[in-house]
Amino acid sequence: MTTTLRHADRIATSRGARRIRNVVASVLIGLGTLVVLVPLFLIFWYLLSRGLGAIDLDFFTRSPAPPGEAGGGLLNAIVGTFMLLIIASLIGVTIGIGGGIFLAEFPRHRLVPLVRLVSDVLSGIPAIVLGLVAYGLIVVTTRQFSAWAGGVALGLLMIPIVVRTTEEVLKLVPTSVREAGLSLGLPQWRVTLSIVLPAATSGIVTGVMLAVARVAGEAAPLLFTALGNNLLNLDPSKPVSALPLSIYVFATSAYPEQQRLAIAGALVLILIIFVASLVARVATRRR
Amino acid sequence: MRETTPSVRPRHAAGASSRGDGLFRGVILALALAIVVVFVLALYQLVAGSLPSIERYGFAFLFRTTWNNVTSEFGALPFIIGTLVTSFAALLIAVPLAIASAVFVTEYAPRWLAEPVGYLVELLAAIPSVIYGLWALFVLKPLVVQLGTWIFYQPWIVQNPSLKWLVPSNLAGLGLLTAILILAIMVIPYTASVARDVIRLVPQDQREAMYALGATKWEVIRSAILPFARAGIFGGVILSLGRALGETLAVTMVIGNDPKIVSGLFNPTATMSSIIASEFNEAVNNLQRSSLIEIGLLLFVISVIVNYVARLVIARITVGGTS
Repeated sequence: MTTTLRHADRIATSRGARRIRNVVASVLIGLGTLVVLVPLFLIFWYLLSRGLGAIDLDFFTRSPAPPGEAGGGLLNAIVGTFMLLIIASLIGVTIGIGGGIFLAEFPRHRLVPLVRLVSDVLSGIPAIVLGLVAYGLIVVTTRQFSAWAGGVALGLLMIPIVVRTTEEVLKLVPTSVREAGLSLGLPQWRVTLSIVLPAATSGIVTGVMLAVARVAGEAAPLLFTALGNNLLNLDPSKPVSALPLSIYVFATSAYPEQQRLAIAGALVLILIIFVASLVARVATRRR
Repeated sequence: MRETTPSVRPRHAAGASSRGDGLFRGVILALALAIVVVFVLALYQLVAGSLPSIERYGFAFLFRTTWNNVTSEFGALPFIIGTLVTSFAALLIAVPLAIASAVFVTEYAPRWLAEPVGYLVELLAAIPSVIYGLWALFVLKPLVVQLGTWIFYQPWIVQNPSLKWLVPSNLAGLGLLTAILILAIMVIPYTASVARDVIRLVPQDQREAMYALGATKWEVIRSAILPFARAGIFGGVILSLGRALGETLAVTMVIGNDPKIVSGLFNPTATMSSIIASEFNEAVNNLQRSSLIEIGLLLFVISVIVNYVARLVIARITVGGTS
C-alpha cells in the first residue's frame, strides 16, 4: 500500500517535470532499440562490402588453395555442409517428429512429462558439449574423425527444435478433425498418419527448415567430430569441412587470402540461413 | 451365408487396426524414448570421459587455478571465473537494451514499424556464432584497441607514475572486454523476445486504468507494465544466461584463450567453452583431454539447471498470467 501512496505523491509533482521525464524515457527507449539494431546493420555492411567482391565462380567450384597462395574457393566446405545437414536431418527429423507426435497425440501417456522435460533441457545444452558427446560416441569408437560424427552432433542439436515445432503444429489441428476420422471407424494410426500429419505438413516443414537453418551455422560441435578437410571429400566416414568450420579456421588464420575466403564464406552462410528462415516464415504465414 | 460376411469384415478390420495401433504406438514411443536415451547417453559419455580427471583431482578440480600443458597440471577455476564474469557482464549490458527494445516494439512503435523491428531483432538470433566472432575479430577488436589507447595513453596517465599501473600491459584487443561486448550483442534477442511476449500478456485494462488516472506513457510503463511483466522478463534473463554460459566460438575467437584467472578488462583470459574449443584437438595427453571433458560435463550440468529454472519461471508466468 505504501507504494501506492508514494505513487500518488509522484503523480502530484509538477506537470512539467513529469512531461520532461516522459520525453526523456521515450528518447532513451528509442535509442536503446537503435543500439540493439546497429550491430546487425554493421555486420551486414561489413560482410557485403568485404565479401561480395570475393565471391566468384572459383568460390563455388574449387577447394581452398594452399596457405599463402592466391585463389581457391570453398567447394569442399559447401559440399561438406550439405552432407552434414543430410546426416543430421536423418537423426533430428526422425526422432524429432516422432517425439512431437508422441507429445501431441498421446497427451495422457505417463511418460509425456518426462519426454517434454528432457527435450526442453536438451535444447539448452551448449552445442560444444554435444560435440564432446558425439566425439565420445563415434570418434572414439570408430577411431576416426568423420562426417558421421559431425552429423550426429548436429542431429542431437536439431532434435529438441523439431520436437517443439511438431508438437505445436499438431496441437493446432482441431480435435474435431481427429474425432471425424475416428467416427468413420479409422484406427488411430490411420487418423494420425493420413489426416492429422497431412494437415500439419507445412508447419512441420517450417519447423524442420528452422532447425536446419539453426544448425547450419554451428561450428563448435564440428571442431572435434567432422574436424575439417581442405580437400573435397564425399565419403561420410572421412573428415569433412563445413562452411562455419572453414570460416572459423580461416578467420583466425594469418593469411589475408584465407581471411578473404572466410568473409566471403560468412556472407554465403548468412544468406543461406536467412533464405531458409524467410522461406519458413512465409510458409507459416500462408497457412 | 452372404449376410454374415459384412459382420465378419469389420471385426476383421478391427483386429488388424488394433494391431496397427499397437505397432504405431510402439514406434512413436520408441522415438520419444530415444530422446531420453540420448540425454542419458550424453551424460554417461561425459562422466566416463572425465573419469581420469575426476580420479586424479576429485572436487579440488573446481578450485585449482593452474592449467599447464607442460607440467600436466589442470584445474578449472580460471575458466569458471571467466565464464561467470563474461556472462554476467554481458547480461548487465544486454538486459536494459533488450527491455528497451521490447518496450519500444510493444508500446511505442506503430504497427508498420513494430513488425520489422521485431523481425530484425529476431534476425540477430539467427546469425551464427562464428560470424559474430569474425566480425568481432575484424571490426570490434580494433575499436577496443582504439578505445583502450585513447583512455590509457592520455599523457596525464602515462606520464604520472602514481597512475601508470592503470595502463594495461597488453592492448592487443584480444581479451575480456571484446568478449563481453560481442556476447552482449548475441544474447540481446533472447531476453528481448521473451520480454516482448510477456509484455504482450499485460492486460489492456491495466494500461487504460493508469491512463485514466492521468498518467504519462512512461508512468504507465514503469508502474503498470514492467512490474506485471517482471517475473517473465526474469525468466527470459535466465534463459539468456544459459545461452551466454555456453556460447563458444565468438568468445573463443576474441578472448585470447590464456588459461589464467582474469586480471583486467583488456587482458586475455578463457571461458569453459572457449578452452574446450581451443585446446581439445591439441590436447597433449589423456589427462588434459579428460580435464576438458570434465569442464564439458560441468557446462552440461550448469546449463541443465539454468534452463530448468528458466522454464519453471516462464511456465508459471504464462499459466498464471493468462488465467
